[in-house]
Amino acid sequence: MNAPFLRTAGEPEASGGLSRREVIVTATAAGGALLVGCSPTDLVSAGSKVEVGAFGPFVKVAPDGAVTVVSKHIEFGQGNHAGLAAIVAEEMDADWSRVGWEHAPANAKLYANTALGAQLTGGSTAINNSWDQLRKAGAAARAMFVQAAANRWNVGVGEIAVKDGVVSHAASGRTADFRELLPDAARVTPPEAPTLKDPAQFTLIGTDRVRRKDSRAKSTGEQVFTQDVRLPDMLVAMVAHPPRFGASVASFDAAAARKVAGVVEVYEIPSGVAVVAENTWAARQGRDALTVQWDEAKAETRGSAQILDRFQKIAAGEAELEKGEAWQAFESKGDAAAQSGGAALEVGYDFPYLAHATMEPMNCVAQVDGNKVKLTFASQGPTLDQLNVAKIVANLPGAVEIETLPAGGSFGRRATFQSDYVVECVHIAKKVGGNRPVKLVWTREDDMAAGYFRPLVHHRVKVLTDAEGYPKAWTHRIVTQSIMKGAPFGGGGLDETAVEGAKGSPYLAATPHVDAQLLTPDIGVPVLWWRSVGATHTAFVMEHTIDQLARKAGKDPVEYRRALYRKAGAERHLAVLDLAAEKAGWTRPAPAGWTRGVAVHESFGSVVAQVAEVKVENGEPKVGRVVTAIDCGTAISPDQIAAQMEGGTCYGLSAALYGEVTLTEGRVDQLNFDTYRVLRHNEAPKVETYIVQKAAGTHPTGVGEPGTPVIGPAVANALLVINKAPVTAQPFVKA
Amino acid sequence: MAATLDINGRSQTVQAAGDTPLLWVLRDELGLTGAKYGCGIAQCGACTVLADGAPIRSCVTPLEAVAGAKITTIEGLGGAHPLQEAWVKLDVPQCGYCQSGQIMSAAALLEASPNPTDEEIDAAMAGNICRCGAYQRIHAAIKDAAAQPAAATADEA
Repeated sequence: MNAPFLRTAGEPEASGGLSRREVIVTATAAGGALLVGCSPTDLVSAGSKVEVGAFGPFVKVAPDGAVTVVSKHIEFGQGNHAGLAAIVAEEMDADWSRVGWEHAPANAKLYANTALGAQLTGGSTAINNSWDQLRKAGAAARAMFVQAAANRWNVGVGEIAVKDGVVSHAASGRTADFRELLPDAARVTPPEAPTLKDPAQFTLIGTDRVRRKDSRAKSTGEQVFTQDVRLPDMLVAMVAHPPRFGASVASFDAAAARKVAGVVEVYEIPSGVAVVAENTWAARQGRDALTVQWDEAKAETRGSAQILDRFQKIAAGEAELEKGEAWQAFESKGDAAAQSGGAALEVGYDFPYLAHATMEPMNCVAQVDGNKVKLTFASQGPTLDQLNVAKIVANLPGAVEIETLPAGGSFGRRATFQSDYVVECVHIAKKVGGNRPVKLVWTREDDMAAGYFRPLVHHRVKVLTDAEGYPKAWTHRIVTQSIMKGAPFGGGGLDETAVEGAKGSPYLAATPHVDAQLLTPDIGVPVLWWRSVGATHTAFVMEHTIDQLARKAGKDPVEYRRALYRKAGAERHLAVLDLAAEKAGWTRPAPAGWTRGVAVHESFGSVVAQVAEVKVENGEPKVGRVVTAIDCGTAISPDQIAAQMEGGTCYGLSAALYGEVTLTEGRVDQLNFDTYRVLRHNEAPKVETYIVQKAAGTHPTGVGEPGTPVIGPAVANALLVINKAPVTAQPFVKA
Repeated sequence: MAATLDINGRSQTVQAAGDTPLLWVLRDELGLTGAKYGCGIAQCGACTVLADGAPIRSCVTPLEAVAGAKITTIEGLGGAHPLQEAWVKLDVPQCGYCQSGQIMSAAALLEASPNPTDEEIDAAMAGNICRCGAYQRIHAAIKDAAAQPAAATADEA
């Protein structure tokens, strides 16, 4: 997702993203007191009972000396816990083998993402926004142990060293570990501006010692996900949802459902009809036994083909615009329309709706007792969830308690502006009442049909080239639904998530005349960020267009890019391209039967280049070796960066090759993995990752998403050579 | 109805209708939550357990179909199975939700073929989806486990 979004226009970024006025409105609407003179994060954390220990919000030291790093970011696979813990351990000089981690409780004041202004994981910012904060937290904790030792031994703090959790004084030969010093250290006043390490002296960060801490629990079945929560007296709920977006319950007959053994109660809630039961299977059978009549007066009834057709016509200037629809420029210079001559390339690209299809379908556990709420689930955006849930029970957002569990994937899905499934669970738990735990379970079909898809997108690009074959005039039209229109705060203006990656492209920087515009029609299909967001389509369009231009100009695509990057001053792009090309052996022939394609894209502060080896087998593209180079600033965990490149590549390749959600008359056609094809083991590429070495202390940038958008165009660029025709629509393989 | 099952070498009596999918009996009745719900239609493999050593999708296997079979779940592998050690060594899991199913499919593969080829691994693992895309490490970890002496003797154990 894009940062920062919880902000009203004009609100200074430093104050955090949440507008004070909006929070007051929310808190007031929730029945809370009107709070004045507080910052926005004060307001959303009002009512919170979260306590902070001696070492601050991010560090805990147990009586046995073990260190726990409190992570304000959810772990949903990307391994951020390891990187976050390593930052603290490095500055603290803790024994890495005795450093653990836990999710932070919900409290925006203590745990807001400094890039997003709310407690929220997204935009590949977990490490990036925590870097300074956790270095300071670790350094402050270290200083407290050093001071405690200095006091105890009556020596100067400058004479004391710390290594692997052992504090020592060389001159006297005295040593003490964190366990022994803890009672004294906990009473030292934390320094406000602790001295940070010289990054050149890092001994943990950047090494292969920074590995995941959850692999064993995730290899034994012991890791508890939301799906696995079992609480005394807990009920399980399933909900019958309308078959079309925007429809609601007209009437229902629950007689048959109530007869199912184990069904406890049936409730109408705003999002449908809920069946609560003693166990999951009873809830499922009860839900299936419901008869519901839906009011579809306000439902979206268009099919995806119809939506795409209109988007294409809008981009081509062949459709009449509706009220509220207007083009917005996102890059503009020179006079593209006045240019003529040279070779011209004009091409349209279509991108379908995509489901996140996390392995763990959406779910939540809620307990409601009057206006008190306790949630136990994988909360990606605790602040959003607190705000949305507080309204239901008329309490302050900060009073909504959240225990965050790891998620079985998210890719953006668990952070919606509406907290859709969370709100649904709380409505049910409120009906049940008495603090009785209710676990809401969505089936795969519920999850797929609920929307919050990567929006359907159409691009239309026209490029005129100069005498050497480089872009002279670039005209670009993007038509897609706006993700940010759904934001409860701010919104309006250009939706950066729809254009990021086209906007700011070095290719546009290297083009004298640019006319790039966006139009965002309203469609009644919920849309959302989907791993790498705008880059899921802009990277493809820019990178595949560039290869077509290079081929037209009779130039090597790597050389063609280099020329444009030099013109644009895109040094980081050049560096990753050079590294990937070198490691892939670009100038040497590809292995027999394979064809190479290259692509480069910057997203979330990082730049990734890939060279993919591709062949066509049984009529479908098959991807083999994928050489990846990334510039992500300081590499904290090289192993987990590689893991994210491997996984991100699979996620992007899955979408490029097979991913497509279609709607027929407003109903979702693909409801499970039998029709929503995803990449499988035998289709996975072999990804090699190379990290650009940066100067010590370079700020780290994103890793979770930047590996996703590059593989699609890299493969398409190989297919351009194989098929001698561009790829103008995803997925490449049609069902 | 009451049914008696052999789960991880223990005889367990459960109260559930015979058409209840094994997955929900394991998870809700017996508290064995390692096997996961992912799709409910035998398409993703997250619910994979072994019945007499063969991988089955417990989400579509009715309780009555496994009466008398020896069921092994991820909890029954013991925690130090060569595959589990290889999974930890290579940091295979990302979100981890699919990994119980992945490991159980791999365990069945190694029982049948202690030194599987790449093609055998591809074929045996194609039914287990990992949306995080940890496939490359899953593949490497299976080969790593197969190369361990303990795996070679797993048949006789």
